[in-house]
Amino acid sequence: MTEQSVSGQPVSEQSVSGRRPLGLTPSQTVGPFLSLGLPWPDGGDVVAEGTDGAIRIGGVVRDGAGEVVPDALVETWQADPEGNFDHPDSAERSTFRGFGRCPTDGDGHWEIRTLKPGAVDGQAPHVDVSVFARGLLDRVVTRIYFPDEEAANAADPVLATVPADRRATLVATATAPAELRFDITLRGNDETVFFQV
Amino acid sequence: MTRARPAPFTPPPDGTHPPLDYAAYRSTGLRAPSQPPIVLPHRLTEVTGPLLGAERIGPSDHDLTAQHAGEPIGQRIIVSGRVLDSDGRPVPDTLVEVWQANAAGRYAHARDNWPAPLDPNFTGGGRVVTDSSGNYSFTTIRPGAYPWGNHHNAWRPAHIHFSLFGTAFTQRLVTQMYFPDDPLFDQDPIFNSVPDPKARERMISRFDLDATRAEWALAFRWDIVLRGREQTPFEEPHDD
Ligand SMILES: [Fe+2]
Repeated sequence: MTEQSVSGQPVSEQSVSGRRPLGLTPSQTVGPFLSLGLPWPDGGDVVAEGTDGAIRIGGVVRDGAGEVVPDALVETWQADPEGNFDHPDSAERSTFRGFGRCPTDGDGHWEIRTLKPGAVDGQAPHVDVSVFARGLLDRVVTRIYFPDEEAANAADPVLATVPADRRATLVATATAPAELRFDITLRGNDETVFFQV
Repeated sequence: MTRARPAPFTPPPDGTHPPLDYAAYRSTGLRAPSQPPIVLPHRLTEVTGPLLGAERIGPSDHDLTAQHAGEPIGQRIIVSGRVLDSDGRPVPDTLVEVWQANAAGRYAHARDNWPAPLDPNFTGGGRVVTDSSGNYSFTTIRPGAYPWGNHHNAWRPAHIHFSLFGTAFTQRLVTQMYFPDDPLFDQDPIFNSVPDPKARERMISRFDLDATRAEWALAFRWDIVLRGREQTPFEEPHDD
């Protein structure tokens, strides 16, 4: 056998592909001090300032008491305007970064500058979102859809699985030209729809 | 037909990840969603993800003891291990981000103000990238335990926060690495939020004599396992 030992797992339980899978490392909360390790100076710049067609998407993260959450981190992942990703599984590989990351500020606000994604794989244009915070033992995942895509949203296979009266929490609001608002409510009234991935 | 949809990632076994709603950790009360999550089948957005690597690493990011003019106080340690998926495949060239308290258990953060000393030579943030075999390694000081307001006389066991991306949105993981034989495990709701005791143990590093450096540093080893793919067409032999 050439199996290498995996720390924390007895060799008898360790697998190479096709056999019994290795046990996963559990999730733990980011805690209140994530700003020591996670934010990047250019985290919110999915595209650089001045990029043609750039839009801003941002909003406020709130808790179940309606208070703003000043210690969360919002991460985004999306296709480029043609629906391609900078990833080998994409039919055509894009050079678009596609990834955004922004800690909330003292007012619970986050924001990214990006390009509107194209349709992906028969779905309406969307941005996948992870939210991390103290009090979240695992990330929560949601999706941003676009308000000017009514027909595509109506035909989207993921939105179709969401109860109709909660779908609006997944659609951003246009607040100005090239500016969209997407608030995230972790719990309570108007709770954002979260997904299990 | 266009390309076949890439294989989804296997769901985590029950008991591996903590429930979001976990009353013993009080901050979950106002932050954990009240509605059950809706299952999102993996499509292209979920099976892809940012491939972050060396371009995100600064010159002293791998050595948290070398980020200031002087050396931080504390026990110098080397933390190393491998990043794998659940099929045992290494995850090469992937970004690993860490942050931690100083040796006295205090974070260099404006909102951490319990009366333990700050260390002017320690910030506590680091970044490394795995090599072609999935190995990572960084140098730091052993963090201290710290009190928090969760319940009377609550103390967090010493830990280092870890953030990993893997190669897909579904593999994203933020976790904490603990140290062997910590007497504070039993009273810590964050550690104990993981339901499966075996999964809990996988968050504990082990002392690694082989990786110590004589006259310099002790060492701990911690391997991290991310979700694997349900099936990999390339590896399914069709020899019938
Ligand atoms: Fe911590």
